Amino acid sequence: MREMKKALKAAFPHTIPILTGFLFIGMAYGMLMDSKGYGPGWSFLFSLIVLAGSAQFVGVTFLTSAFNPLYAFFMTLMINARHLFYGISMLERYKDMGKLKPYLIYGLCDETFSVICATTPPEGVNVKWFRFSITALHQLYWITGSVLGGLLGSMITFNTKGLDFVLTALFVVIFTSQWKAHPNHKPALIGLFSTAACLILFGPDRFIIPAMIGIILLLILFKKQIRGPIPEPEQGEEEIQCL
Amino acid sequence: MPLTTTQTLIIMGAMTLGTVITRFLPFILFRTPKSEHSVITYLGQTLPYAAIGLLVVYCLKGVTFTATSGWVPEAISIAFTTLLHVWKGNTLLSIGLGTVLYMVLVQVVFV
Repeated sequence: MREMKKALKAAFPHTIPILTGFLFIGMAYGMLMDSKGYGPGWSFLFSLIVLAGSAQFVGVTFLTSAFNPLYAFFMTLMINARHLFYGISMLERYKDMGKLKPYLIYGLCDETFSVICATTPPEGVNVKWFRFSITALHQLYWITGSVLGGLLGSMITFNTKGLDFVLTALFVVIFTSQWKAHPNHKPALIGLFSTAACLILFGPDRFIIPAMIGIILLLILFKKQIRGPIPEPEQGEEEIQCL
Repeated sequence: MPLTTTQTLIIMGAMTLGTVITRFLPFILFRTPKSEHSVITYLGQTLPYAAIGLLVVYCLKGVTFTATSGWVPEAISIAFTTLLHVWKGNTLLSIGLGTVLYMVLVQVVFV
């Protein structure tokens, strides 16, 4: 118990930058959910259990269109595919995390990944509880933001038409950040143009699965040409990518 | 709530499963950290970039070109968000102002 408290104290300062971001984006999520008829209770559940920012935002569109869990599953896999990379980078670090390991992996969102990569606990602080504290604090901030947004949305009534654009803006911003940060634009362009081509070919209701297959095939077929210099994400660099 | 409570819970389950798989898979597959897993590592490096491109298009699937109100607000707001982000590089500012601009455009200008 004392060890836990000590670790929490040491971890808190490292989570402050995420606190602001998660509260703000979490609130936008809660408000968006509320505007679609899913109140703060639902935002709480989704943020607690799914715990994946961008997937949750896209998830709002699963909740407002025809019921299709398989589609929701594949979309989430695709959106969160980047976590495969985080996992691979964390194999060594999480090797000896004991009984906390499952939770640490469960809560390994982008922000948590970047903070844990960039920090080491001070002398005398238990590294397992330190990493646990970072992961749990981030989850707490995310849940708090979403619930606050849901509450705010249900108290204040305003014209929410166009609020959905927060999702578009989020991905445009991530796209722009990645474009600026990485010299190799081929994967991004493949994603953009093969999806656009599939949208035109298959129409807005059934273009996503063909687009995913197309992207993976193109990436694998042209591996040699694409490879080039793709730097691995720098620690802490992927600020919001992170959701 | 367009879906029933049960349907919503099933969607939540599908999303959780998708997320959990991407987070746990490397730890289940690669018990030995040092070995080479070239295709998975390669996809882990490139797919995140392609996926964001896919998501940008996904967000715009409702755009139509039959009337100006079907695409101009999106075009203006995306250009604004991108330029603001290139200029300031502040994520929250870019998302916040971009969304407000779009809301004003669809509520006041292109009604």
